[in-house]
Amino acid sequence: MTYKILRCFVLFTVGLLLINNSSAQTLGGGSIHGNFEANAQYYYRDTLIGAPAVPEKMMMNGFANFIYSNDNFAAGLRYESYLNPLQGFDSRYKGSGIPYRFISYKNDGLEVTVGSYYEQFGSGMVFRAYEERGLGYDNAMDGIRVKYSPIKGFYFKGIIGKQRSYFTTGPGIVRGFDGEINLNEAIESWAEHKTKIIIGGSFVSKYQDPADPLHVLPANVGCSGGRININHGGFNFSGEYAYKINDPDYVNNFIYKPGQGLIFNANYSKKGFALTLAATRIDNMDYRSDRNATINDLLINFLPVVTKQHTYALSSFYPYASKANGEMAWQAEMVYNIKKGTFFGGDYGTNLDINFSKANAIDKQQLNDSTPIATANTQGYTSKFFAFGREQYFQDINIEVSHKVSKSFKFVASYLNIFYNKNAVQGLAGYNSFTSNVTILEMFYKINDKKTLRMELQTLSNGSNLISLAGINLAGKTPSSDYSTTGIKQDDHDKWAMGLVEYSVSPHWFIAGLDMFIYSGDNKSSYSAPTSEVFSNFGKTGNLFAFLPNHYPNISAGYTHNANRFSIGYGKQRAGIFCVGGVCRTVPASNGFTFSVTSSF
Amino acid sequence: MIRKTILAATALLISSLMFLATAQDASKARKLPAVDVKTMDGGKVNTSTFSNNGKPMIISFWATWCKPCIQELNAINENYTDWQKETGVKLIAISIDDAKTSARVAPFVNGKGWSYEIFSDANGDFKREMSVNNPPHSFLLNGKGEIVWQHVGFAEGNEKELYDMLKLVAAGKPIPEQK
Repeated sequence: MTYKILRCFVLFTVGLLLINNSSAQTLGGGSIHGNFEANAQYYYRDTLIGAPAVPEKMMMNGFANFIYSNDNFAAGLRYESYLNPLQGFDSRYKGSGIPYRFISYKNDGLEVTVGSYYEQFGSGMVFRAYEERGLGYDNAMDGIRVKYSPIKGFYFKGIIGKQRSYFTTGPGIVRGFDGEINLNEAIESWAEHKTKIIIGGSFVSKYQDPADPLHVLPANVGCSGGRININHGGFNFSGEYAYKINDPDYVNNFIYKPGQGLIFNANYSKKGFALTLAATRIDNMDYRSDRNATINDLLINFLPVVTKQHTYALSSFYPYASKANGEMAWQAEMVYNIKKGTFFGGDYGTNLDINFSKANAIDKQQLNDSTPIATANTQGYTSKFFAFGREQYFQDINIEVSHKVSKSFKFVASYLNIFYNKNAVQGLAGYNSFTSNVTILEMFYKINDKKTLRMELQTLSNGSNLISLAGINLAGKTPSSDYSTTGIKQDDHDKWAMGLVEYSVSPHWFIAGLDMFIYSGDNKSSYSAPTSEVFSNFGKTGNLFAFLPNHYPNISAGYTHNANRFSIGYGKQRAGIFCVGGVCRTVPASNGFTFSVTSSF
Repeated sequence: MIRKTILAATALLISSLMFLATAQDASKARKLPAVDVKTMDGGKVNTSTFSNNGKPMIISFWATWCKPCIQELNAINENYTDWQKETGVKLIAISIDDAKTSARVAPFVNGKGWSYEIFSDANGDFKREMSVNNPPHSFLLNGKGEIVWQHVGFAEGNEKELYDMLKLVAAGKPIPEQK
């Protein structure tokens, strides 16, 4: 492992030296650019929110990219360091190294990349290699990619490689081919057509040693897809269908049923008005280069969800994730801009966004009376293609109104009504499904050209269809109770509120403070620590917030200069996408200090 | 042994990178890389062909789920006509929405009433080549297509700074090193 890193390091360095020597004479310069990011956190044990004691006390994730490019030539690497990985990131990241390095060149419509690369075919339902650094997700390919466009309008891609898995690669080999034809480019007489049509097709196959004591397994599993995109003026339609041969794996419980996926999007828009409709049907489409991998490991394909991605703190409490084993989902959205000068438009206009989405299980019938659904080493189940399954996973009705009142004041108001089947969405057992109501008001007040005050007020309360399970009510717990042994925590009874104030001085500074708290619910702790205990603990650990029950306070400040950004924060955080000071990032739950540096050059 | 070799290799690498950096022709500033992005009707466009007839360009990375990005593009949109008249600038907004949300981009932009050129970078190829960490991240290019200034994040009022830089670039003046 160490030798492997060492080898690629030396090879890369030598490669750069070679380029270096030749560049001065033949290539004539070029440029180096890159970026850097480091996120560090100092952790406090916090029994109130279940934050464990972290032996390292302080941990950090950091990486830097360096890319050298010179006309048709490029080479780059990424050094990553996780010492040790921040809470919420997979512990297999532990360590440092150069897991990403590539060299590529382009020549007469041919592009060759060797080393690490990211790639996507169509919507990604057949193949997608990508990174999401904030989530710790990276399934980059390590191998060879060739892209070629022989004639106008025809685009081909070929890939082969192994997928990244933390600091190593997965056991399977992934090979694929993708072709796309842009008819308006390929057919000369169509060039000026108002209707634009693009068709595409892809085939991906994975190989993994089929030896297994329990199952008869296919060594090669192929997945193919076809897609079309039609555009006419403000109208756009795109659809993709994918079919995967039998692929028994851990996630589908080793059944032999082939997989199918269908996704389409239709939308119409003109200035100030838009209508979108999207739908998916996913059936047994889990596809990985290691059949024993789970969660987010070694995924070959990407199943896009058709639900809205919410970003406010309380609206992202209950996010939906697509279900590879079976899902039927659809979404409709309307965006409308009420013109200025009208009653609802006011002086500056009003933006209205109404969104609806729903996800259900697919229809699943037993093969026969004696075989339960998804029994290993069988076909698993039968399913009618167009029938909705009875179990509902998720539903979201939301409306957002943004309005600029005057030159210095504007607001965004939203309401969300979410049905959440926690067991199904998060793959858990023992939780209740519930309906969640969220209201949000965000306000901007411009003090002058440079100074702005931003405020958020949010509330979340869950519907009364929660049934308390006997014996697991955690009300009245004290900070000394050990969280990890209390079993299932029905924390969805709680009613939450949040307030945030952010003061920014453009272009460099911001400071923000927020408090997110439980104001009602079974889980609201009645405990309040004696003052002496608070101070003695503060003296011992330096952590003031650990004895503040029901609250998640957070204060932060940051400085930005062009492409460099520094920020520091202190408080308790819940998991989710979090935006302060103008940048969004996914953060895990914790209590402590955070430090962050991002830079780009 | 391994430690020593790694150390040596690191030293070699760093010196190599430094040599490369010094080997850069001073007259050859950083330009846009050649990466394919998608137009709103699904066609491919290479980013190296982005141009604005010798006038400045702004390239802004954003996403439909990124609130500050939308704030930024809204704030610029309010002044866009004036900026265009004064400097001839063109703003190219690169959406990094992936397949999850990329179909929302064109309707979203129309719903907002923005008049920018919009492209989709659904798998982050252009984002990576431009060394963008998190959106919003904006680049200012001069008439020769050279990247002369960049900025991450957005707070109300930041559009003023961008406008100041834009006026300098449009007048052919250099960007001050430190403000």
